[in-house]
Amino acid sequence: MSDEFLLEARDVRKVFRGGGMLQADTATVAVDHFSLKIDADNPTFTTIAGESGSGKTTIARLLLGLVDPTSGEVRYRGRPLPDLDKVKRKQYRKEVQAIFQDPFEVYNPFYKVDHILTTPLKKFSLANSRSEIQDRVETALTAVGLRPDETLGRYPHQLSGGQRQRITTARALLLEPKLIIADEPVSMVDASLRATILESLHRLFREFGISFLYITHDLATAYQVSESLVVLYNGTVAEAGDTESIIRNPKHPYTQELIHSIPAPVPGTEWLEKPVEEKAEGKEIMEAEHQVISGCRYVHRCPKAMNKCVGQLPDLYQTGDTRGISCFLYEESVPVPDGDLTEILSTKTATIQD
Amino acid sequence: MITAATSQSTSSIQPSSAGREVLLEIRGLAVHFETRRGVAKAVNDVDLSLYKGERFGLVGESGSGKSTLILSLLNMIKPPGRIVHGSAKLNRRELTNLDGEEVRQLRLSEIAMIPQGAMNSMNPVMRIGDQLELAMAEHGGGEHSVRELMEMVGLSEATERLYPHELSGGMKQRACIAQAISLSPKLILADEPTSALDVVVQRQIMQTLKNLQNRLHATVLLVGHDMGLMAQFAERVGIMYGGELVEVGEVDKIFVEPKHPYTRLLIDSISSFETKGDFRGIPGNAMSLLNPPSGCHFHPRCPNKMDKCQERPPTLKEIAPDHTASCLLYEEGENS
Repeated sequence: MSDEFLLEARDVRKVFRGGGMLQADTATVAVDHFSLKIDADNPTFTTIAGESGSGKTTIARLLLGLVDPTSGEVRYRGRPLPDLDKVKRKQYRKEVQAIFQDPFEVYNPFYKVDHILTTPLKKFSLANSRSEIQDRVETALTAVGLRPDETLGRYPHQLSGGQRQRITTARALLLEPKLIIADEPVSMVDASLRATILESLHRLFREFGISFLYITHDLATAYQVSESLVVLYNGTVAEAGDTESIIRNPKHPYTQELIHSIPAPVPGTEWLEKPVEEKAEGKEIMEAEHQVISGCRYVHRCPKAMNKCVGQLPDLYQTGDTRGISCFLYEESVPVPDGDLTEILSTKTATIQD
Repeated sequence: MITAATSQSTSSIQPSSAGREVLLEIRGLAVHFETRRGVAKAVNDVDLSLYKGERFGLVGESGSGKSTLILSLLNMIKPPGRIVHGSAKLNRRELTNLDGEEVRQLRLSEIAMIPQGAMNSMNPVMRIGDQLELAMAEHGGGEHSVRELMEMVGLSEATERLYPHELSGGMKQRACIAQAISLSPKLILADEPTSALDVVVQRQIMQTLKNLQNRLHATVLLVGHDMGLMAQFAERVGIMYGGELVEVGEVDKIFVEPKHPYTRLLIDSISSFETKGDFRGIPGNAMSLLNPPSGCHFHPRCPNKMDKCQERPPTLKEIAPDHTASCLLYEEGENS
């Protein structure tokens, strides 16, 4: 029953219309055929990974209701987002929280950081007294590894990027959400603090049972924290499934290229020596113009491209319990019904809980 | 006058690997920013030698002074920042006291820089080929034609006639590299040249850069915070913390057996496909340049802290052949 699901994307497509006075009308398909359900009761830690322009942030914004889908719909507890009444909408705003990339932009520089922490408690009437507010704020800060006496009463500019990002995590936590959508939460944080922040996110998942949708371009951090992985390419899902098995044994030609491109922090692995299959330049330009393509989005760069790849978009073929690959190389396998990623990802969740 | 203060340490960090010719020699270089709230020592008495034809990686987090250090080599420090003391010599020629015209002569022909944001460093209303042509003419002309340069970085002839906005990020970065190598410089400074690019493109660009570096026998100083990239690209690595160089050594040694506690923690904190669910961040926060801790700047976050660490700062000492570190752990012999 669809009501059981906290949040659901049903065959979502988002097209951005471009063009202006100086340009011809261009349309960018940012996200296409995206379906995912997030269970309200079984917490999951899922990564949506992709390079710039893959549509990962657009998916986050669609799920947060910040942009509307061109077709398809996003549902919260069984209801499409535009149809939510006031009470339901408020509940949605409480249960689905966001952590954004830039730990500088989310603050109002004129307010002390206390403001960003106490306002949600007041707005959602989650605390009755001043002392209760104080207690809950301090608990939330401690949960993300900050010392309240070092952070409260300060202005955002007096804190480091890492501290600021942890405060936005504490803010999300205060609302006791079911799901946190974290869009590149560590990409602007110093290397030495990344692990600490990822750890605090993972602890919220383990100890508070909060589901995470971790959106990133960095497969190494995705590998560290998430059980399930969705790899996007140019708006469509290339490969999805269990993180460990995708990283160890990528099957989609794009995922393979992506994983082999990551420089390992181990000298002497010949990252620079192995030849890269260079794509032709003309094609690169074409891609930069975001043309609407009817076939596989990866066809221009794919070393294994076939004729049929140009004309039609491959289904998401299920090659195992926990693997879906959107590539004609695997077309003997059965397509996942409606391309719904939950089919592949949820199996994994079930096995974790055994 | 500062040379006196640094001269005794100079002897100990002089490269022991005989036969390698030093291209760039930095001694006691200090760049300070004088602000209303105090003096920020962005680069604090740095000693560093780069050999001819080597790939050197300079690693550090934001605020560690790595970008300031390379900007100071091109005389590009803007007020309130200034080079307070120290020297930087390229082929025995002092760089820190050059006037505007001398620096202009030096750029491209001796030192070139590949910037971080290639998109912001080109003229938007000039075709790629024309920009290269102009840069070469301005700096005295090179031995290569525009066409040859484009070919060296893997760009087609058609690209010459395009404007910067028509290029993808990777192509723009290639165009910047073409410009940087146009006059066959001896030293190429690359400040996080691929941080804005996707990993697949990053690998292609770094391969191009390495091939050109080999071909021109130039020295590349790669600045960044991506330890994976450093491990793959650099032959030697230097680690900066709080404006100071804390460890320098060959990449294999640094990654396998780091000596400075900060280097060790930094390497442990990297996410890789080898570590799942194992989070090892460095405790504490990056230091404030305006209010640096006493003694060793890293002591508040250091797991190996000793009492004397807050009393006096360590100096960069050679602790193994071609491996220097600045930590009191390795100075015990002479102090206890």
